This record gives sequence, C-alpha cells and structure tokens, in this order.
Amino acid sequence: MALLEVKGLHASYGQTRVLHGIDFAMEKGSITALLGANGAGKTTTLRALCAMVKTQGEIRFDGQRVEHRATEDIVRLGVAHVPDGRGTFLHLSTEENLRLGAYTRRDRAAVDADLERVFGYFPRLRERRAQQAGTLSGGEQQMLAVSRALMLAPKLMLLDEPSFGLAPLLVRELFGILRAINEREGVSMMLVEQNAAMALDLADHAYLIETGRVVLHGSSHELKRNDSVRRSYLGY
Amino acid sequence: MDALLHQILAGLSTGGIYASLALALVMIYQATHLVNFAQGEMAMFSTYIAWSLINAGVPYWLAFLLTVGISFVLGVCIERIIIRPVENAPVLGVVTVFIALLVILNSVTGWIYTYTIKSFPSPFPEGMALGRYMSPHELGAIGVTLLVLAALYVFFRFTPLGLAMRAAAQNPVSSRLVGIRVGWMLALGWGLAAAVGAVAGMMVAPIVYLDPNMMGGILLYAFAAALVGGIDSPVGAVIGGFVVGVLENVLGAFVIGNELKLSVALVLIIGVLLFRPSGFFGKVHVTRV
Repeated sequence: MALLEVKGLHASYGQTRVLHGIDFAMEKGSITALLGANGAGKTTTLRALCAMVKTQGEIRFDGQRVEHRATEDIVRLGVAHVPDGRGTFLHLSTEENLRLGAYTRRDRAAVDADLERVFGYFPRLRERRAQQAGTLSGGEQQMLAVSRALMLAPKLMLLDEPSFGLAPLLVRELFGILRAINEREGVSMMLVEQNAAMALDLADHAYLIETGRVVLHGSSHELKRNDSVRRSYLGY
Repeated sequence: MDALLHQILAGLSTGGIYASLALALVMIYQATHLVNFAQGEMAMFSTYIAWSLINAGVPYWLAFLLTVGISFVLGVCIERIIIRPVENAPVLGVVTVFIALLVILNSVTGWIYTYTIKSFPSPFPEGMALGRYMSPHELGAIGVTLLVLAALYVFFRFTPLGLAMRAAAQNPVSSRLVGIRVGWMLALGWGLAAAVGAVAGMMVAPIVYLDPNMMGGILLYAFAAALVGGIDSPVGAVIGGFVVGVLENVLGAFVIGNELKLSVALVLIIGVLLFRPSGFFGKVHVTRV
C-alpha cells in the first residue's frame, strides 16, 4: 500500500501559483527524491504536504485524507519535516530542541532511549547538549534538524536539502546515516536535493519537477541513465 | 537612616507588585511582540472578582485561588475571542484593540461596581513586622510575589508545556512542525499573564484601595520596570520591578515629594528609551541591511 499518495496538487503563495497539479506516490519504507532546478517547486511540494502553504488537490497519507488538516495535526500522524533553513530554536539548548521534537509523544522512557539513539548517530550533538542551539555551526544545526525530526519517531521524513551548507565529507556521512535510519528503522523519506547525484544514489525512486509540474519519474536507476537528466542535473 | 531603610523595604514590597505586572507584560510581548495596554485593567477587574467573592463570604485564600483560576480562564477567552481575529492586523490596529479593551474593562467595572473607592482586605495581620520596618502586608506581598515568580520559573524551565510555550513564542513555524498547537500556546500565555496580574492586583489593592482607576499608575511603573529590565527579558522585568519600586519610594519620600512620584516612572521610561533602548538585561537586536 502506498504510504503517501498525491493527486492534482496545486499550491500558491498569495496570487502566485507555484505547483500546477502534481501527482506522485511513494511506498512504505522507500526513499523518494524530488529533483529539479531552483524555483521548480520542490520545497513548496514538501510545504504543501504539511499544510504550510495554500493547496488544492488530494493528499492521502497512510490511508487518510490530510489536505484539510492543520500542520500540527499532520505532524501528529507521524510526518517529520526537516525544513528549508533548518528551523532551529536558536535560543533553546540542543537538548531542548531535541525534546521538542518528541513533544507529541507521551512514552517518556522511549523518548529518553531515542535521545541516546540520535546521540549515537551524531556524537557531536551529545557534546553540545547543553549549548544554546543558535551557537552551533551550520553543519551541527543541520544534524540537529535531522535529529529533531527523528525524535518524533516518524513514519515519513520530509528532508529539504539536508546537505545544504555541509562540507562534502559531512554530506557523505549524513547520507550514510539517513540510509541506516531507513534500513534499520523502516522510516520512509522524501528527499529534496540540489545534489542530484547523491540524491539518486540514496533514493529508490525519483521525480523530476520543472516549473511546478512532474516531467519525469521512475526508479533512480532509470533516471540516472536518462540522457536529459544526465546532462541537466548530473552534469556529464 | 531608619526612615531610609523603611522606604527601601516598602519600595521592595510595591516593587514586587510592579515586577509581577511587568512580567505579565513581558510574557505577552515575547509571544506576540505587542505590549498589552489592558494588562492593568485586566488585573483591576480580577481584583473586583476577588472582592465580590470575599464579600459573599468566601474565605480569603479560597477567594484568592478562585480569582486566579477565573482570571486565567478570562485571559484565555480574551485571546481566543478578541485578540485572535486581529492576529494578522497591523500593529496600530492591535494596539487600538488593546486600548479599547482597557476602556471597556474600566467602564464595565465602573458600571457594575460604581466608581466609589472600596477597601480591600489583606490576608496578613495588622501591626508591624521585622522590627517596625515593614507591615505584615508588605512582607506578605513580597513573599507571595516571590512564590509566583518561582512557580513561573519552574513551569517555564522544567515542564514540557513550559518548553513548548517558549518554543511557540520564539519560532511558531518550527513549533508547528513538531506538533505544538501554537494558537493555544498563545492563549495559555494570555491566561497565565492574566493570572499573574490578578495576584498583583490583589496584593496592591489593600495599599492603594479598590477603584476602577487603581491600576493606571501601577501599569506605568510596570512599563518602566519592563523597559528598565528589557522588554524581552523576564528576569530583567522582575529586577526592574524591584528597582523601580525602591526608586519610586525613596525619591518620593526624600527628593521630589509624593505628588511627583509618578514622574519617576516617566523619567525612567524616557531615559531608558533614549540611552539604552534594549534595557539592562534585554537582547540588543542587530539587523544586517
């Protein structure tokens, strides 16, 4: 069964239409990448899934229609969004940021265990535990954003440019961790990335978006071999 | 020397009341970046509720707790019913709503209870405490204030709900993304501010007596306290409250006379705005252009 199914999704900021009827679906436990140039509507698609922009169309998550729900109610169904710009609570400590990620959960023992688990993935965050999050480096804040999303114990993670501002070595490490989380814990992921090569390596499936429409989709293998994708997004 | 000590201690007592009201202002400011001009009248209205309860024969401390509870609910209702619809209105529009709320509460109270000045009981005994330097009420008011402040500190610092309220005030977008109901956090903030204001009102009423205009001067001192401390700093607001209370009393008694006391608050407000706009504990905001 599809975890997420989207039909005819339109989205707009005020008068400006950004998405013009997008369709896609993703399977439980899969990683799907959204590729496309700047301004194509990738970030807007993720925002639309969480009701952060005005939308029209049908969004079905885990068998339920969610397009008319408020952001916080969609989150409570198990959708964790790692937003564009990281969304750090700058004046709170690293640990408080992480605990906020688990705000909707009532199983305190499991939350404590999950805190240890994300510290296991990102030992740097353990060192910075009591530090004000606004003083963390960009890379550390990116790890914090991913960790905060994990603390929700999500079914689906929406990752908006998780590699943004990270050194290449860190990007590789982060993608390795994302793969581990997906494989070990079965968390589904929808990934928006500028770095198409890395995104296609990680994802099973990908959609190519141009000016608010899906122009191509298929398995990562197929897309990697597609000539126009290769020339425009992979650069060889 | 004795007289000075007496004035300082009395100043600390009223200062605690300014501190509570300043804290209520800061709490709403942090969440909405707006100054609630009706905070004083809300506290005054709460005090009248307490007065009605006590007159109906309810024991003081029960009336006290009931009033705090009712004020909390009223604060939540004001946010939900009156403030929420103008949430996205321009600042000036919202300020107009605050002022309207001030005038309406003032008139409605006058209409229900008349403008006749009433005495309000103190839960503390008559006479003198601390070797004749302070009345038991002054001492008790400080104690109650400190208790309220400590409770708020523990709530915001150590409970998940307190953390969520701080998060919602700082970053509403990210807060929604972790599942916090931001609208309700704002309403809770209004409720808490109203409850804190109610305590301030009940503590100050035995000193200034109860009438619909009792909070005018006190709100001005609370503004001064919030500004001295820095309008975005809860700790600053509390320290500011005590500083303003002591200054007001000492200057009033020895330097400018009681009649001109209120101008201390104005001088402080203007002075701080001119020379240190972010207050002594507030964050200096730097913007890149």
